[in-house]
Amino acid sequence: MTDRAIDVLVVGAGPAGLAAACRAAECGASAAVVDENARPGGQIWRASAGRLPAAAQPWVVTAGKQGVEWIPAAQVFAAPEPGRLALENAEGELSLTYRSLILATGARERFLPFPGWTLPNVMGAGGMQALVKSGLPVEGKKVIVAGTGPLLLAVAQYLRSREADVRLIAEQARRSALARFSARLPWHPEKVAQTAQFAWSLFGVRFLTGCWPMAAAGEGRLERVTLRRGRRTWTEPCDYLACGFGLLPNTELAELLGCQIGARGVEVDEFQRSSRENIYAAGEITGIGGVELAVVEGEIAGFAAGGRQDRARRLFHERASHGRFAAALERAFALRQELKTLAQPETLICRCEDVPLDRIRSCSGWRDAKLHTRCGMGPCQGRVCGGALEFLRGWKMESVRPPVVPVRVASLVGTEPSA
Amino acid sequence: MAEHVTIRVNGAPVTVPAGTTVAAAALLAGVHAFRRSVTGEPRAPLCGMGICFECCLTINGRAHVRSCQTVCAESMEVTTD
Repeated sequence: MTDRAIDVLVVGAGPAGLAAACRAAECGASAAVVDENARPGGQIWRASAGRLPAAAQPWVVTAGKQGVEWIPAAQVFAAPEPGRLALENAEGELSLTYRSLILATGARERFLPFPGWTLPNVMGAGGMQALVKSGLPVEGKKVIVAGTGPLLLAVAQYLRSREADVRLIAEQARRSALARFSARLPWHPEKVAQTAQFAWSLFGVRFLTGCWPMAAAGEGRLERVTLRRGRRTWTEPCDYLACGFGLLPNTELAELLGCQIGARGVEVDEFQRSSRENIYAAGEITGIGGVELAVVEGEIAGFAAGGRQDRARRLFHERASHGRFAAALERAFALRQELKTLAQPETLICRCEDVPLDRIRSCSGWRDAKLHTRCGMGPCQGRVCGGALEFLRGWKMESVRPPVVPVRVASLVGTEPSA
Repeated sequence: MAEHVTIRVNGAPVTVPAGTTVAAAALLAGVHAFRRSVTGEPRAPLCGMGICFECCLTINGRAHVRSCQTVCAESMEVTTD
């Protein structure tokens, strides 16, 4: 077991984490970034065919110049004592001690169960993009992109750039909600440019609002999707369904560390400080807000952890502006109540333990469901069904216990406080 | 770094660009059932980012490894359930 002390340890190498590490190092602190992926960038800045997106490059270059230590392909699974994290990588267990910790663990997709959603080739929207970026060829493949949020457009655009045959984008939000949202865009010039780019590159692709998948079907893998729009239902053949219903903050590690969690994510003060001393949070885990907000929150956390509150303060205005955009986004893409009727009694809710909806129907909450059905107790620890049941039943996961991800027994043994 | 790497998926060689994940290579190799669920259903990658554990495979003899979080290395041996 190796033990090392770091001034500012950042968990997550996405936009918020990279910005935080760069700013902390700029203040003279020793900084390190740990990420479960082999390459920096997180989800939104994930490298495609080995190349990082242009927006990510300056941060990665700066991190290198500032001497930020990069700890890739390692996953935090426990916090054995204050100021220390236990991690696992392919070689074994690693222990890191820190003076300040910045959590930038990002977000994951919300999945909603519908008949056939467990079939191979039904994927998340961001999930499919991640797989294509990491080497899955989709040239000529028929893809339906569905769910909700601006991510659908980004995914469709990316898949098209990889020569996929994007048949349809099904956005559950109403046209009227999107129109109100678009009216706000002129206040955010960077978003206008992005929208224009989407419109151009998705020219000719059907974009249907108020539309969602009702069922996926096929022999051993996806072959067709049944969609609904208003009263009309119809079936489209396809090779892949890329389907995500918005994003959820990855708050498990923050919860394990005892940080206060609010309705939108980890609660922070103006300097991105969580309720726990020396623990900051930045980016999507404090509430879904997009990449620009994540970067500025990361910068504020980095400056604050590095002792430069004055420089952090200068970014408050920018953060507030991006925050207003995030709030409008949340309203525009709120999930419609009709989506609660997609899952049928036999539809699996928990994919790890194969628990169908009718088995949890009489359960009063998470505890009850876990005790009686094992729902949420498999390897994903409720990360998939949790988001679904939060929407379907209003259940909130109650507790997070170590290990926050499945690890080898040898790694667990190694986390015992040394005598 | 080599431009391509070759791994074996259920014994069959698959050559992919360096940096490709095992999940992408397995899909490319025609694998549809990465694992069998507790009731025997075929499952394949869902989240693509290490959250869902649906893409778990046996890699170099180690069971239950998330293939979407594992980059292909030369001569890697990958088997499905």
